[in-house]
Amino acid sequence: MSEKLKVSGGTALSEEDIRSGKIFVTEDSLNCAYAWDTGVAINRYLAELKQGRIIATECRKCKRVMLPPRLFCELCFIPCNTWRHVKDTGTINTFSICHVHWDASRIKEGEDPHLPAVIEIDGASEGMGIMHILGEVEPEKIKIGMKVQAVWKPETERTGSINDIKYFKPL
Amino acid sequence: MRKVAIVGAGLTKFVRRALETPKELSFEATKTALDSCGLSLDDIDCVAHGSAPDAFDGIHQKGEYLADGCGGWNKPTMRVYVGGATGVHAVVHGWHHVASGMFDTCLVVCEEKMSNAMPHAQGFFLTIFDAITERALHPNLLWIFALEMNRYMQRYGYTKEDMALAAVNNKKNGLMHPSSQFKDEITVEDVLNSETMAYPVSRLDVSPVSDGAAAVVLAAEPVARRLTDKPVWIEGVGWTLDTAYWATRDLYYPRYLDKAARMAYEMAGIREPDKQINIAEPYDPFDYKALHHMEGLQLSPRGKTVELLRDGHFARDGNLPMCPSGGLLGVGNPIAAAGTMKICELFWQLRGEAGERQVPGDPRLGVAQAWGDLMQVSSVVVTGI
Repeated sequence: MSEKLKVSGGTALSEEDIRSGKIFVTEDSLNCAYAWDTGVAINRYLAELKQGRIIATECRKCKRVMLPPRLFCELCFIPCNTWRHVKDTGTINTFSICHVHWDASRIKEGEDPHLPAVIEIDGASEGMGIMHILGEVEPEKIKIGMKVQAVWKPETERTGSINDIKYFKPL
Repeated sequence: MRKVAIVGAGLTKFVRRALETPKELSFEATKTALDSCGLSLDDIDCVAHGSAPDAFDGIHQKGEYLADGCGGWNKPTMRVYVGGATGVHAVVHGWHHVASGMFDTCLVVCEEKMSNAMPHAQGFFLTIFDAITERALHPNLLWIFALEMNRYMQRYGYTKEDMALAAVNNKKNGLMHPSSQFKDEITVEDVLNSETMAYPVSRLDVSPVSDGAAAVVLAAEPVARRLTDKPVWIEGVGWTLDTAYWATRDLYYPRYLDKAARMAYEMAGIREPDKQINIAEPYDPFDYKALHHMEGLQLSPRGKTVELLRDGHFARDGNLPMCPSGGLLGVGNPIAAAGTMKICELFWQLRGEAGERQVPGDPRLGVAQAWGDLMQVSSVVVTGI
């Protein structure tokens, strides 16, 4: 049967169309600023990170020890009141070696790639990962299943942030 | 619930940067869809509209801005937005309007103009990450795809070459699509040799940034039968949202899709989707995602998908063609419009009107799916003739 699709619109522009002034462009730049309150559960998470510890919440019903900690269990939909310290070691669930910045610009010659990973933290329930970054490791040596440990900032430099952990390094 | 059919479809060309404004793109697709079934705006009772983040255009409440281009003037018009899943979800949304008995006809219009955002639309995806526990790490959007792809590959022992086969399959199909923004065929070697962006993701594993619009016209059964002797029925719809704590689920399997697909198949009375479905349009912003989603759609056994792909099972002339349109990899990825493009493809394929892309063997049942938000939402539509 014949093609019934009749395409209309979607006129491709080239860089030259814009450079040459054939097509007019109006520019604007928005500057949005925010300050987020960290909430009941995450505030305590950050306070513990400042002390060099990782804290989780446990659901009394499903018994999951959850990271990041939360005010309520989203599965059982009941409040979580039990807090548990977990270890600062874990296992790499998955990772990437990223050569691109947030705005799609490329990392420069000599600049290290970003090494994001999902890390399942020891002491939390199985599969409870957090996103963080890896360090002190050759990118090509990273493996899924590798044991890692948090490298903390010096106490005086901690601010109550996920970045109080500088990165995770192989054990 | 009333039976609802797709009776018309329209697309713009997908391009990297379009001359037309978002509103103009919407008009072109909407008018083409109306013309395709001989209707005018007077025949339309309501409009279901979809477009992804306002931030792409820098226009807050973009739905209201776009409404004129979508035929929304003086009509019940509503925008839905579920990230990348929007394009299929808007059709589910429109289906509700007609199935409920409230309206006899509904225009579904999805539009995206990603080229407005400077320097690159990708930057705006930063704000989907958790503001406190994740954004402080300065993530970028590629991270989550790379993390998911790596986990998926590792779980089943798939290689980058295996994933590249999906890109080659879809791009090849896309070359036959009149809306496609691509002209050249690619090989597995091209994918493997393309720039590493975020290992394991290389440049040709990824769909492009695009501008474009897509529209379909929905009608209740009596109206549909008057308009055409080949209505394409919406047989089933499904959608689910998984938790936003994405790092706490194992990314190798798209659980969010499993449930949505089962919901749609149950409504359509489909018990063995891998045997009954004739055409699949899984959401494919990345090559691995097409395969990952074939598993979530219950169209391929977990961990066996590459084997089936290598055997030609998912080729255009195979048992279960995957992305005969070319998908996002082969046609382009104007986010919301790309999902609706998949629905348009089912419409033409099931009517035998897909030209040189036509899947052989008179396909009777098709499924389209899209995925979005923080890797957590999926929308599924099953269509039949």
